[in-house]
Amino acid sequence: MSTATASTTLSTDRVGQSLPPARKARPVAEFLSTYVFSKDHKVIGLQFLFSTLLWFLVGGLLALAVRWQVAWPWSDVPVLGKLFAQQGGQMAPEFYTMLFTMHATVMIFLVIIPILAGAFGNFLIPLMIGADDMAFPTLNMLSYWFMWPAFFAFGASFFVEGGAASSGWTSYPPLSTNVASSPGAGMGQTLWLVGLTLVGVSSMLGSVNYMTTIILMRAPGMTMFRLPMTIWAMFITAILQAFALPVLTAAGFMQLTDRTLGTGFFSPEGNIVNNAMQATGGGQPLLWQHLFWFYSHPAVYIMILPAMGMVSDIMTTFARKPLFGYRPMVYSIAGIAGLGFIVWGHHMFISGMNPALGITFMVSTMMIALPSAVKTFNWLGTIWGGRIQFTTAMLFALSFVSMFIIGGLSGIFMAATPVDIFIHDTYFIVAHFHYVLFAGTAMGVWAGIYYWFPKMFGRTMNEFWGKVHFFLTFIFLNGTFFTMHILGAVGFPRRLADAYHYETFHHLQPLNAFMTYCAIGMVATQIIFAINFFWSMFNGPIAGRNPWNANTLEWTAPSPPGHGNFDFQPVVYRGPYEYSVPGVEKDHLMQTDPPNAAEAAAAAAAHG
Amino acid sequence: MANDNSSDGSPKRSRLMGIFWSLLFLAVPVLGVAVFIVAPWYDIWLPKDVSEHGKAIDGLFMFILALTGVVFIATEVLLFWFLWKYDAASATGPAKYIHGSHAVEVIWTIIPAATLLFLAIYQMNTWADVKMRRPAMAASVEVVGRQFEWRLRYPGRDGTLGTPDDLFLVNDLHVPADEDFLVQLKSMDVLHSFFIPNLRIKQDAVPGMKIPVWFKATENGEYDIVCAELCGWGHYKMKGRVTVESRADFERWLEKMYAQQEATQPEPLSGSDGAAVALTQ
Repeated sequence: MSTATASTTLSTDRVGQSLPPARKARPVAEFLSTYVFSKDHKVIGLQFLFSTLLWFLVGGLLALAVRWQVAWPWSDVPVLGKLFAQQGGQMAPEFYTMLFTMHATVMIFLVIIPILAGAFGNFLIPLMIGADDMAFPTLNMLSYWFMWPAFFAFGASFFVEGGAASSGWTSYPPLSTNVASSPGAGMGQTLWLVGLTLVGVSSMLGSVNYMTTIILMRAPGMTMFRLPMTIWAMFITAILQAFALPVLTAAGFMQLTDRTLGTGFFSPEGNIVNNAMQATGGGQPLLWQHLFWFYSHPAVYIMILPAMGMVSDIMTTFARKPLFGYRPMVYSIAGIAGLGFIVWGHHMFISGMNPALGITFMVSTMMIALPSAVKTFNWLGTIWGGRIQFTTAMLFALSFVSMFIIGGLSGIFMAATPVDIFIHDTYFIVAHFHYVLFAGTAMGVWAGIYYWFPKMFGRTMNEFWGKVHFFLTFIFLNGTFFTMHILGAVGFPRRLADAYHYETFHHLQPLNAFMTYCAIGMVATQIIFAINFFWSMFNGPIAGRNPWNANTLEWTAPSPPGHGNFDFQPVVYRGPYEYSVPGVEKDHLMQTDPPNAAEAAAAAAAHG
Repeated sequence: MANDNSSDGSPKRSRLMGIFWSLLFLAVPVLGVAVFIVAPWYDIWLPKDVSEHGKAIDGLFMFILALTGVVFIATEVLLFWFLWKYDAASATGPAKYIHGSHAVEVIWTIIPAATLLFLAIYQMNTWADVKMRRPAMAASVEVVGRQFEWRLRYPGRDGTLGTPDDLFLVNDLHVPADEDFLVQLKSMDVLHSFFIPNLRIKQDAVPGMKIPVWFKATENGEYDIVCAELCGWGHYKMKGRVTVESRADFERWLEKMYAQQEATQPEPLSGSDGAAVALTQ
């Protein structure tokens, strides 16, 4: 952390905005307020980035352990086997259940959501709208520090009796509420709910801040329809988060009181688990599913919309061409967010919910594919006729589009209720959401890291090793996840510690072994990324303000920007995608470039 | 480690890289389609369907596969082609300065919208057949999910559940072929999901709810019953078998099992099995 921000201070000096002398007299306090409890959005963004990348590693290793059991059930686990030595290095089924629960929990709540909103949202929003910081810097600092108790809650849950939560990341009752139902349903589940609530507090503080900042603190001339897509996506995501999250928080508290105070929101009458009768009853397990998915389906869009925005910006920069259909792109993000509130029932087609309701959710779910399709066509339209530069950031952004097509299309299978009967809870859905969240969002995140790294640290990452990282990740991810579609076609169920004793699935072991080899390769490839990341932070070529010749405001600030971001007051004259404008000498017009002669003449004519 | 500037370095080397990356993206549709063509050869495909309604479900699966397959190939090949053609290393002149096209936007909004709406409407009848148009008959069997087994109760000769001639079994479901069969699905403890891949049946069992599941099996044989909703540490071993057989064989089997039950268990509703099931009624 300190190394990241060391360069921030350097540049602060460079632009001559040294800190007030009163604070220099107290080095410890200054250190704490600059690097630890910082209210600077860039430091907070980097804090989020480093924390989430660390959890990304944890989540990835959990995934490898899951893959090991799926490929070679009941065989000795290398390395890790010694750590949890349950049955001579074998993995116990309850341990496997905990692994996939925590893999999903870590990846969703501690990686994807905070890396998009927390890391990129924080770092980019003030820079891209031309503000000196967020509207509420203290709130912003708290949004990061509320993550820490959550880190501790989730982290500690691995070490309590019974282990971490093991009722799936969806925590369906009664498995999650009845302590007798599984080992992880004890303290582990309580800590899971506490962690979830704290992550929610963090997200909510962030959302309020992002909305306020984007509405109130845009630079002069930065109208809403001159905002880059990244900011539009962050803005709409913040709204989505703010309206959906309270439902999850309430549901989480209801489950917490069911577990600790003896309420009965989710436990039915006469529920007997493991020969132990539940003290209270009269609740409904399906109620949790409705409340949970009312948040968690919009959360799926919270997990991809910001990546869509970033990819749009990166693709225009490296296609040297204006974004195709800027307004349709904005409207489709808004459309996805709006429709996102009325599709949650598609997770519950076979849950026992009234089947007539399933029909309405099928129609709304089919329709949400429309804005996604429009976005895809517009991305293709953006590179059509461009001058494409195959930088690492561009390759990751292109692969986002290529992979999102797969993830989007496979969603249609599950939206179709009759087909969902067969593929629900099989590897088909596992394939689908990994194509959206890993092959989509994670690739978008990497695109963002390679693209904005120069702004974050003042240096560019190594392009050659970046491309090696991209190539291997791309190959291995498809090897791991594409094959899941055909596993799903056989009906191979998810969350089974060993499926090969079923006649229907016993021939699928070799395919699963292949997928696990690919998964190991995929995780190993990230070593290249880690080395490149840290090496470039100190030794990469100095980037300068605008290494990619991009248009948006953050590229007018120093790299990295000092406290207060801009060493001049940015004034915005045009939209963010003015690349290859005819009659202009350079191939891009920055948002701050004053109107040229032709534009001035046109404006004069228009105003009479 | 020197910074590699292939994107704006020497044009020739850069063009080779452009070709390489374009082909990588072309590999996505090529290999993607290949996987779906090769998989059935290795029997990694929809398991044999032995139900009446399964044909409709499989038909819809194949229909969506064909439709999405066409879109998949078209968009991915287009992506490849644009990367190939508009590589900065080979292109002459500046990029097109265009912000979009209203006409094109309208076309690629209306066509997918109509297709998706049609797709939704096209599914409805099959969905209603499988989940809404319940046959007018008494339950053929009651299935109760419990960690980690399927408890079955046949109504016996009187055709009514909850009478002394009920037959209690675990994990061994028998079904007469070519007849409507109605399962009354319950759960005693946590969520389970009653999944018979070959019958294209999946339905969650929810404690506190009685959910009807019906099907018509069309081919004799033995098939797997799988639990498809996480139900605890032993979820993976919650395995049952379903035997589809002729009406005569089914009757004979019922008689035999009932005789066995009477021989070993004098009171049908006593003993651990009976008591546990009775509590869930």
